[in-house]
Amino acid sequence: MNRINQKLQETKKILSIYFSAGYPNLNDTVQIIQDLEKNGVDMIEIGLPFSDPLADGPTIQASSTQALHNGMTTQVLFDQLKDIRKTVAIPLVIMGYFNPMLQYGIENFCQKCAEIGIDGLIIPDLPVDVYADEYKATFEKYGLKNIFLITPQTSVERIHFIDSVSDGFIYMVSSASVTGSQTGFGSAQEEYFKRIADMNLKNPQVIGFGINNKETFNQATQFAKGAIIGSAFIQHLTENSTGKIEEFVKAIR
Amino acid sequence: MSYNVNEKGYYGEFGGAFIPEMLYPNVEELRQNYLKITAEPEFQAEFDALLKEYVGRPTPLYFAKRLSEQYNTKIYLKREDLCHTGAHKVNNTIGQILLAKRLGKKRIIAETGAGQHGVATATVCALMGLECIVYMGEVDIKRQAPNVARMKMLGAEVRPAMSGSKTLKDATNEAIRDWINNPVDTYYIIGSVVGPHPYPDMVARFQSVISKEIKEQLLEKEGRENPDYVIACVGGGSNAAGTYYHFLDNEDVNIIAVEAAGLGVDSGESAATSALGKVGVIHGSKTLLMQTTDGQITEPYSISAGLDYPGVGPMHANLFTTGRAQFISITDEQAMQWGIKLSQMEGLIPAIESAHAFAVLDEMKFKPEDVVVINLSGRGDKDLNTYIDYFKL
Repeated sequence: MNRINQKLQETKKILSIYFSAGYPNLNDTVQIIQDLEKNGVDMIEIGLPFSDPLADGPTIQASSTQALHNGMTTQVLFDQLKDIRKTVAIPLVIMGYFNPMLQYGIENFCQKCAEIGIDGLIIPDLPVDVYADEYKATFEKYGLKNIFLITPQTSVERIHFIDSVSDGFIYMVSSASVTGSQTGFGSAQEEYFKRIADMNLKNPQVIGFGINNKETFNQATQFAKGAIIGSAFIQHLTENSTGKIEEFVKAIR
Repeated sequence: MSYNVNEKGYYGEFGGAFIPEMLYPNVEELRQNYLKITAEPEFQAEFDALLKEYVGRPTPLYFAKRLSEQYNTKIYLKREDLCHTGAHKVNNTIGQILLAKRLGKKRIIAETGAGQHGVATATVCALMGLECIVYMGEVDIKRQAPNVARMKMLGAEVRPAMSGSKTLKDATNEAIRDWINNPVDTYYIIGSVVGPHPYPDMVARFQSVISKEIKEQLLEKEGRENPDYVIACVGGGSNAAGTYYHFLDNEDVNIIAVEAAGLGVDSGESAATSALGKVGVIHGSKTLLMQTTDGQITEPYSISAGLDYPGVGPMHANLFTTGRAQFISITDEQAMQWGIKLSQMEGLIPAIESAHAFAVLDEMKFKPEDVVVINLSGRGDKDLNTYIDYFKL
């Protein structure tokens, strides 16, 4: 069974962390993944940097740009991760924009992910309908879960469609925003979290965007299976480099 | 075979809507409504009236006598330089602002490179009394001070794009982020035939008035609707899309697309996307794109800010790949020389973008009986400082 499905069957709430590969330094990637796992993080989204990350706010964007300056490329990331499964057991997801994957070749990219032991992909600018028509078969051939986003504006009909195409989890964007632009959740978001929880979808939901501390993590996981922290962790890396990861994780739960 | 968009939003293999889910409702609302709304007689009447009374259409199709004599062929210039605000850009912003109003939007955002689309957007927002925010690269704000001042006079807020290379592609990224953050009340007026479907088709339709008028005017002047050649410069490609639109599926009409070679196609300082680009995804559209082998988008270069875009509209990517259009790239130097030549032979100071299109006359041989239409997409007032610096005027 895929590590994502397995992890999501555990009774605990999932803490997932995103960071940009190659940030703050090119060769920090593996160390950061190992430290996150060691401190109890349940799943990691490894950001494949892109020059033009449309869905991201300034924090993740700046870390992407820095990672590219540091020399990160798709091939460099795959080389860094080639032995990752010797030391790391939790689910690993690559999150990146479609163009670099297209240039690597979708089949090659998926094959490489499978060799390394990547469990899934999040590609914000690959729409679910294009995926279903053109790429689903390839992803499935290599055992990769493709994770889709929903937002407060996503229609009920489309949520059901996304749920039907998904196998893993649904990435619930907490509000209409790019990453890193929220502070705390209001009643409108709680209503949205509850509305989705009440739909009883076949895929569990993991909430991202705007999770930055214990309070928001608890709020989100009251309604969803887990939560993803991105910008706040990047901020931590900016301030502490690869130090104090234990403190960061322990402060969340 | 049609060279127009299909029902899924593709031109051949190019186009589509590669957008984050956060943008799906906005883009879907537009996709479901744009054909319906723009086909309404009331919309058409208001659009046509504004083009006539406010923009100054139809723009003349001018027979360039001295040029025609020198090149021994019949050269007509479509005078988009006479449009209000100085270029064809306003045809599109008029159309989109009318659409935005009918969709009940209160707040308008736009991206701009040289500032022409920003000015055209600020202008129609003033006309309709709508809030206007224009994203512009920090570098471009410094380079294009007069257009920044124009936008401010027109009541728009100009927000600097500080990310990436701080130019047009980054301004576009910022506008898209704004739209993600403001999905309900905001309408994004894209300035070219780029972006996710339906934008390339919608913008092409609003600009298609150019080729519609060319047909009517040629019939009057030459007794036939179709020229032998239509020539236009291509950055994102909106003036070109408008110039080609009604000739796309008539293969008797030769289509020439002129890209900016910058300092030379192989110099590393170029914006010749057809020559240098590979299939990729930028700003929600699958198209030809200048990028690294790793798929990172690269920064193009041209002396003309309006041609300085790393991609090209999906319609044009398809015209190139299928061979329907011939693509020619013209250097800064050739274009600048044509800026002087057109000024001194016809008394027309062209925008540097448009000057690129004229350089085709030196690259191709036309027959004496050929009817050649060149789109003079904008006037050169905005480029005066560049001309002054280049020629030490």
